[in-house]
Amino acid sequence: MLKFLQMGGYAVYLWPSYALTAAVVALNIYWARRSLHGAQAEARRRLATLKAAS
Amino acid sequence: MAWVWFHRFGSPPHFYRLAGRLTPWFAWPAALLCLAGLIGGLGMAPADYQQGDGFRIVYVHAPAAWLSLMVYVVMAGTAAVGLVWRMNVAYAVAASCAAIGASFTVVALVTGMLWGRPMWGTYWEWDPRLTSELLLLFLYLGYMGLRNSIDDVGRADRASALLAIVGVVNVPIIHYSVIWWNSLHQAPSVMKFGRPTMPASMFVPLLLMLAGFTAYFVALLLTRARGEVLRRERNAHWIAEALGQGPGCKV
Amino acid sequence: MTPRRRRLLWVLGILVGVAAAGGLALRAFQQNVMFYFDPSKIAAGEVKPGQRFRLGGMVEKGSVQRIPGTLEVRFVVTDFRHSVPVRYSNVLPDLFREGAGVVAHGRLDANGTFVADEVLAKHDEKYMPPEVARSLNQGASSRTQ
Repeated sequence: MLKFLQMGGYAVYLWPSYALTAAVVALNIYWARRSLHGAQAEARRRLATLKAAS
Repeated sequence: MAWVWFHRFGSPPHFYRLAGRLTPWFAWPAALLCLAGLIGGLGMAPADYQQGDGFRIVYVHAPAAWLSLMVYVVMAGTAAVGLVWRMNVAYAVAASCAAIGASFTVVALVTGMLWGRPMWGTYWEWDPRLTSELLLLFLYLGYMGLRNSIDDVGRADRASALLAIVGVVNVPIIHYSVIWWNSLHQAPSVMKFGRPTMPASMFVPLLLMLAGFTAYFVALLLTRARGEVLRRERNAHWIAEALGQGPGCKV
Repeated sequence: MTPRRRRLLWVLGILVGVAAAGGLALRAFQQNVMFYFDPSKIAAGEVKPGQRFRLGGMVEKGSVQRIPGTLEVRFVVTDFRHSVPVRYSNVLPDLFREGAGVVAHGRLDANGTFVADEVLAKHDEKYMPPEVARSLNQGASSRTQ
């Protein structure tokens, strides 16, 4: 296990690379979902006000 | 036949529904492919004869670099379709690409630097490959900045589409920079004609990661583009239907 | 001509124009885009005397000499047609090997020796497990014997 984490002495370069990639992958999922859900919530609000007005 | 499909895809309600239905079909395979690729790349592939375990950075660096180029081509292509066919959905897709592409360009650059330091002996050199990839990041940022600086969506779409199309000439420059000019970066191992210069035990995990990242990008793009379409189609009738507030409720 | 076709031609025209301009500009600046010069280019006199530049090529097998007690190292960079002797006194990168690619930054002295102040290793696009590389090497050396 320790040997795996050390990555033949390249751990200081390898794990930050993987961590950054994982972080950007996760952030992109979060941003995409937030963007869609935000748009949906806004559309619902708009529909509600339109319905109230009619 | 193809044109019918093309124009149906261009209709916002159709796109919104279809994209929503397609998303899980890309998201779950993406997760499985990346998981398999990681197990293969970190656990099963042998160490390299020159670079030892350090070469395993390729399993995140190459997919990120691939996405940085592919996303740009998709962005420029859909922007061109928007410009030529005046298709709002195509513009929405193009606008959704920029942030994804920019973030993976950063990943490609930083993981490349982290690979370069132990292997080449330097984090950064003004090498043709590195410089043109940095230019790609500026193109993405320029596209986003241009969109942000124009309030009118239609004008922002057209102006940014031109920038995206002009910038697409940088993509082949990035890819062929290592072949056309003397470069510190090595030549491609996978994205080329002929056999990959890697044994299957190293190559298959890389292929899984490339496929996984591609599917992941499609899922991201569909999700973002749905939000973008919804935001653009302000008071359209179909939105009530799409949001499950069917035709029963009068709008 | 429909307006749509006209817009399509515009887009294609812009693309062709920019590609042509970019191609011409890159051709004109070919020298500046070159990250390094190989020994043949130096033999052909493409480098001005005293100019700082990068020298790239293979480290010639059996040419690496370390000067005991110092960091100084001497080796020969070759592209298999011409070669240039190099002097360097600093730490070498991990992948610096005889027979492997190298890029050195510095200038030529009066004797034609390249005095480097930075040496970078250039690895190639081949990846293989160590056992395979070892057996390949053995195959090659047994054939030459």
